Amino acid sequence: MSDKTALDRLLATINMHRHSFEEGTAHVEIHGNQVLNTVLVEGLHVESRETASGVDVNILVEAGARIDKPVYFCFGMLENGLQHIRMRVHFQEKAKARFISHCSFAAASEVEHLMDAEIQLDAGAEYSYFERHIHSEQGGIRVVPKAKVTLAEESRFATEFELIKGRVGEIDIDYEAYCGDHSVLELLSRISGRGDDRIKIREAGFLNGKYSRGVLTSHIAVRDSARAEIYNELQATAEGAAGHVDCNEIVQNQAQAKAIPIVDVRHPKAHVTHEAAIGSVDSKQLQTLMSRGLSEEEAVEMIIQGLLRK
Amino acid sequence: MGIIELRDVSLSFDEHPILQHLSIDFWEEHIHAVVGPNGAGKSTLAHTIMGLPDYRQHSGDILYDGKSIKHLSVDQRAKQGITLAWQEPARFHGISVEEFIQRAAGKGGGARTVESSLELVGLDPDRYMARDVDATLSGGERKRIELASIVAMEPRVVLMDEPDSGVDIDAIQSIFEVLGKLKQRGTTVIMITHSGEVLKRADHAFLLCSGALVDKGTVDQLSSYFERKCVPCTHKNVPDEEVLL
Ligand SMILES: Nc1ncnc2c1ncn2[C@@H]1O[C@H](COP(=O)(O)OP(=O)(O)O)[C@@H](O)[C@H]1O
Ligand SMILES: [Mg+2]
Repeated sequence: MSDKTALDRLLATINMHRHSFEEGTAHVEIHGNQVLNTVLVEGLHVESRETASGVDVNILVEAGARIDKPVYFCFGMLENGLQHIRMRVHFQEKAKARFISHCSFAAASEVEHLMDAEIQLDAGAEYSYFERHIHSEQGGIRVVPKAKVTLAEESRFATEFELIKGRVGEIDIDYEAYCGDHSVLELLSRISGRGDDRIKIREAGFLNGKYSRGVLTSHIAVRDSARAEIYNELQATAEGAAGHVDCNEIVQNQAQAKAIPIVDVRHPKAHVTHEAAIGSVDSKQLQTLMSRGLSEEEAVEMIIQGLLRK
Repeated sequence: MGIIELRDVSLSFDEHPILQHLSIDFWEEHIHAVVGPNGAGKSTLAHTIMGLPDYRQHSGDILYDGKSIKHLSVDQRAKQGITLAWQEPARFHGISVEEFIQRAAGKGGGARTVESSLELVGLDPDRYMARDVDATLSGGERKRIELASIVAMEPRVVLMDEPDSGVDIDAIQSIFEVLGKLKQRGTTVIMITHSGEVLKRADHAFLLCSGALVDKGTVDQLSSYFERKCVPCTHKNVPDEEVLL
């Protein structure tokens, strides 16, 4: 398959096209272990090296660079196999950018996608990262994203992970973030599992910096015999450090969900809260919609779609 | 004959009688008020008529247009035109005000329906349509949105559980607008209220005490009973034997 054909086919799985990118928008497409395309903008550097089973990518956003338009990444596999991405991301001082990543395994039935990321934010940097997964309906996709994030003082890192199209298959997320003074961390995941899907999330935020803040949010819906296990940990060790863990899981049919929040505070002037709601659809929400004439199935669907929405 | 008729309805929770032998006709196209002290069973009455799952184990019967609805679920009753405005409306993550009202309106409800019902309750559609019906709205705003969704639904019977509680003066005005609209359409309203102002808008009133009906009549008749007997009453929620209807 030529690079161009692969690129067109890959973008088609996420309803995009080579020409759908606006002028002046950076985008990078990686298929299996091939870098198909790299379009950059000022202040953004992307170096990639193809390996036997994937790609090593180094991303640098220069000090002071403010990249207004989102930077698009697309990772995917059109055939079965393994894709291992090793990514180093470095935002220098006061750099600011928003990355939107599509991970498309919609056309393959058995894929293993491993992502190892090391993310470093220098002082005052702002990095917002949105990752959307599009999987096939067969359930044979295994996704293992791991990230280690270091936030220097006054930096902000916000990430959102979405997997609501196609079957999850198996996902095992492991994110760890170390937060400096006055830094802000936000991790949000929205995942819908069915069939025999397996979802495991571990997110840990270490609020070691003074007045650092962290919010870990998981919105998960599982049905059929799917399972979800969410381990959310916030540790606060400095004056003024504050955090919140929020886990909302809707469970239907034979599905099972577990949430294990760890809230660990080691400073008298730090504060961490958590809330978890796990189980069937909230009965008041359900009865309200039913009292407006929606059937039980319609009401449940509307509530779940709401939960999985941004 | 009423559009909703209770025939000797009793309901107990853990062997405590909450509704006691209620037989009430709610006449069609009237605004009925239900008053009574806290814990009298007013919300229980509304929930029982709506058919909420915890309130289905009552004895006696409930008729709608002369037919028993005892065995109908909440959504079946709603599809036949009965709905409930909750005292404390639910919060929904990720559901917009527009979508919430739209779904209540059903197939007939276009953008115009959503807008006009928001306007009726005094909320600017441009400011509210895209917001979520979640904790970012105040309790009072959610109560207005609840009423807007009910207006958009165009039901035949509305149960309103304390539309006036926990809202400011402006919101009381929007309750009047909603009652006016429902009245104009010939909707039957069964409204639980603590507000004298709101009570004045009703055509007819029922007084509940300890799950039993102790008085009914025009609002004037009932108000005088309420002032003579209930206000000085020390034994909260225990009606005098001789007044039971
Ligand atoms: N689902 C329920 N389970 C148990 N007890 C209930 C339930 N709903 C209402 N009750 C009881 O019924 C009584 C009347 O409550 P309610 O109808 O809410 O009164 P009101 O609305 O008049 O203030 C109260 O004692 C309340 O605790
Ligand atoms: Mg009540």
